[in-house]
Order: sequence, then structure tokens, then C-alpha cells
Amino acid sequence: MRRFSAQSLIWALAILLPVAVLISLVVGTVNISLSDAVSTLVGKAASSQTETILFDIRLPRILMAIFVGAVLASTGAVMQGLFRNPLADPSLIGVSSGASVGASLMIVTAGGFIQSGALVGLSLLAVGAFIGGFAATLLVYRLATSGIGTSVTTMLLAGIAIGALAGALNSLLSYFSDNDMLRQISLWQMGNLSGASWLKVSLMGAVALLLMLLFPRDSKALNALLLGESEARHLGIDVQRVKRRLIVLTALGVGVSVALAGLVGFVGLIMPHIVRLAIGPDHRWLVPASALAGATLLVIADSLARIVVIPAELPTGILTALLGAPFFVALLLQQRKDV
Amino acid sequence: MTLSASNISLHLSGFDLLRNISLEVEAGQVTAIVGPNGAGKSSLLKVLTGEMPPSQGDVSLNHRPLEQWPLLDRAQVLAVLPQHTLLNFPFTADEVVGLGRIPHKTGLAKDSQIIAEALELVDASYLQKRFYTQMSGGEKQRVQLARVLAQIWQPSHLGRQFLVLDEPTSAFDLSHQKLTLDIVRQLADRGVGVIMVLHDLNLAARCADNLVVCDGGVIAAQGNPKEVLTEQLIDKVFGVKSIIAQHPVTKRPLVIT
Repeated sequence: MRRFSAQSLIWALAILLPVAVLISLVVGTVNISLSDAVSTLVGKAASSQTETILFDIRLPRILMAIFVGAVLASTGAVMQGLFRNPLADPSLIGVSSGASVGASLMIVTAGGFIQSGALVGLSLLAVGAFIGGFAATLLVYRLATSGIGTSVTTMLLAGIAIGALAGALNSLLSYFSDNDMLRQISLWQMGNLSGASWLKVSLMGAVALLLMLLFPRDSKALNALLLGESEARHLGIDVQRVKRRLIVLTALGVGVSVALAGLVGFVGLIMPHIVRLAIGPDHRWLVPASALAGATLLVIADSLARIVVIPAELPTGILTALLGAPFFVALLLQQRKDV
Repeated sequence: MTLSASNISLHLSGFDLLRNISLEVEAGQVTAIVGPNGAGKSSLLKVLTGEMPPSQGDVSLNHRPLEQWPLLDRAQVLAVLPQHTLLNFPFTADEVVGLGRIPHKTGLAKDSQIIAEALELVDASYLQKRFYTQMSGGEKQRVQLARVLAQIWQPSHLGRQFLVLDEPTSAFDLSHQKLTLDIVRQLADRGVGVIMVLHDLNLAARCADNLVVCDGGVIAAQGNPKEVLTEQLIDKVFGVKSIIAQHPVTKRPLVIT
């Protein structure tokens, strides 16, 4: 039997997420008391330093974590449904590997800019990653689409091929880069939320909102697709259109989040999987619950990233994997006992 | 009102899978397709249900070309049960049958009533909350049957409804085979046109109003089972010597090999 009803899990997460946000606001290199944090948020700043830390550093970063987590986990749920494979991942359509090449290329060619920390440089990195991610997805999609439609199997294989090609390009770029660039490339690949600014947050928030508004209308179609494509068609679903729409939305969502926060692994693959184990595969609940769970995980991971090695910080991507992997293994062991 | 194929051919990567087939599936009747492996039975169903466009010829549903039907309208009058369904996500039986209600907007309460009734009809009420992934082959097939039944549970304003079944009884024991034939007969009495592929000639002879024998991509014979099933035909199509007797009770033909 399932452990939770969908509604109760969503309620639990809807309570857990704000709690995680509050905790995340007060922890870090500088500890702020909860009462100070709350009064600053409602406009009565305790001190200008607190105000700066909260509004310029922590709040954008937390919002970024929420949006990136929600986007990665919900697109993961959608891709797993579309590919009828519970171990699929948004990166399967080539978006992460493509973005990675785009970012590396920018770091190697415009390294000076980026190192200076100037807005132009950072944006170059983001633009490079986004273009790379979108181009790779487009290529994978084209390769898998013929006159009779898009073959999901071919798309998986094309994704692997493009991923390998991107890996090679990445290694090539790393080979020709100097030590500083190399470090930047690998840091970027670990995924990091520390550079969040209000501009980035609003961009990411807009994308997250768009996905959350558009995914629900395809959730029944995704349920039907789990039966198979021709079965879904016999249930009245325009499969090719649904596929194209969901792939474009996923490429957009993952592309922007990878561009702004680097490669934060694990969330897109494992969060939907865990949520599905808890409440079942009905996408009407699975997609929003995954989004909430992904957001919560990323907020918690990012708070930990700030405090484990004070005064330094760990890249967030390391923490998501460190937190999530043991949890997932525990779930698998539990499931093995049940069967 | 019919699901009809006129003079269809299907060529696929150099092979002639179907050649000049014409077939009328009448509403309110049961049509059974039999034939040896590779005779084109499943291909015929795929063309009839619009899954593969015919290379030549036309398919029409209720006198309207199949490809002109909007997908959602079509799903309300035509339900299709494929031979295998690869569902490897842990839906409960309830949820799988509920997928059959996707084309309709009857509301949650009505839908759950239909789901329960459909599961009851195929003797699968006890599976309601069980996971599809943990069911036996026969249980899965019954749940899938309930799904397509739920899809055409109520008459549609868009015309007569048709149910297409590809080997619906392949994983069933004797009692569930009989149950399936009873359900199919009830549907036909309600005005639904049923077309199904069967392997067991005696099952087909027992339930079919129109028996279609496929062989090598063409229709070798079709019509009333009594007229179609002859010793020569079975020898010619299946290469098996047989005796045709009469069932003592139903008076239907009985193939003894």
C-alpha cells in the first residue's frame, strides 16, 4: 500500500517548506535571531547589516533554491512519465550536457570577464549555458523525430550520444584551460546558488511559475501515456503535441535553472521517484508534490551548504546528493522488505 | 452505423501485410477474426483503429472517414484493447480503469461509480486497491478489459460505439474466457459493435455473428461461422486436418482436431 495520500503529503510539504525557509533565513556565517529576521522581513529592520544580509543575500538565494528545486523536480516527474521510465531524468534530453559545454566554452573564451565577477561575465556564462542546453535538446529532439512522430527510445539513445559528445567537448575544453578556468568549470558543474541576485531570481521565478501553470493541463495526458503511446491516442490524446510541449517546457525550465545555478544534480532524478513511492504515479498530484519536495530539499541543502564549513561554503550540488542519496537507498531497502 | 474498411492494403518496409481487404463491422454484432500467426490480424486491427494509415483504401467510422474524426470524439465511440500493455508504474486497478474515463467529462462521482461497476463486471472488484505491477497476467488483462469497457460504458451522442479487442482472452482461465464472451454479447445486445482477434476457433465459432478468416494478408473467408468453418478451409489456412461437428447444446460448429 501507499504510505501517504497525495493530499496529506502536499499539506505536509506546504508546511515543511516555510519552516525550512525560516530556518534558512537565520543560519549562516552570521547568525540572525528568528525575531530579528521576522521583524526585518515585515519592514522593521533591527539593523542595516541584518537588512543587507537578509534582503541582498539570503532571501534571493532561498527563493532561487525554491524555484530551481521546484523546476528540476517537476520536470523530472514529467520526463519520467513521458519516457515511461521511473529512472529518467531531465538531463536525458541533453539539456544539462549541452548547457555544460556552453558554460565551459564561455569560461574558456571569456574567462577574464567572468573572473572579475562583473555582471556581463556572469550573464555570458548563463547565456552560454542556456544556448548550449537548448541547442542540445533541439538536436536530440530532431534526431528522434521522423515522419511518424517522435520515438521515445531513439530520443533516449540520442540523448546518450549527445551526452557523450558533450562530455568529450567538455574534456577538450578543460584540457586547454588554465588552472583558474579549470576550477571555475568544475565549481560550476557542482551547482551553486550563492550567486543569486534579484534579477536572476525574478527570471527563474517567472520560468517556475510558467511551468507550474502549464504542467497541470497535461497531467491526465501523462497518466494515459504511461499505458503507451497508441493507448494514449485511443484515449483521445494528441500524443505528438503533448510530447513537443512538454519537451520544450522542460528544456526551458532546466535550461534556465542550469544557466543560473549550474548543475544541481539528484533533485530531478530522485525527488519525483521518492514522491511516487509515497503517493503513486498519478501526475495530477505527482508533479506539484514533486515540485514542493524539490524546493524543500534544495532549501535545506543550501542552508547546510552555508553552515557545514563556516566561514567557507560548499557548492549546493554536493549537499543535494549527500542528503538525498542515503535517503533514497533507505527507501529502496524498505521497499525490498515490503515486496 | 459501421466501422468499415474498403479495399485496404498495407505495405510496410517492402512487405505486403494486407492486400485488398474489405470488411464491415456492424454495430450490435460480434465480429471475430481468426487466422494463423502472421496472417495480418493485428495489422488489420491497427488499420481499423487508425494506428497505421492504410497504404491504399479507406477506413470509416459511422460513415465518416476515420482520419477526419477529432481524437477526443473518436475516443468516445471507439475503444481499443491492445494485445499487450506495458504499464510498469504502480497504479492501482481503480486508477488504471479510471484512465478509460479520460475522454469523458462526467465528473468524479459518476466516474468512480463506472469504475467500480466495470471492475465488478470483469470479476476484479477484489483488485480495486491493488497495484497493477503486482498482479498476475490474467488479473492485468481483466483490469485492462475493464478500462476499455469503462471508456464506452455509456452510449454516446456521437453515434454507435465500437470495441476492438486483440486477443482478449489469451491469459484467461476457462471461467474468465466464458465471462469475456458473455460481456461481449451483452455489449452487442446494447448496440456496440465488437471486433476481436481470437486464436481459439471454438471460442470464435461460439460467439461470432461474423467470422473473418485471415490468411497471408487477405480474407480467406467471412460470414456466418456455420458456413465459414469447413474442413477444407481449416486444412488450407492452418494446415491442420480436422472434423467439424455440431455443439450439442448451442448448435454452433465445433472444430475437433
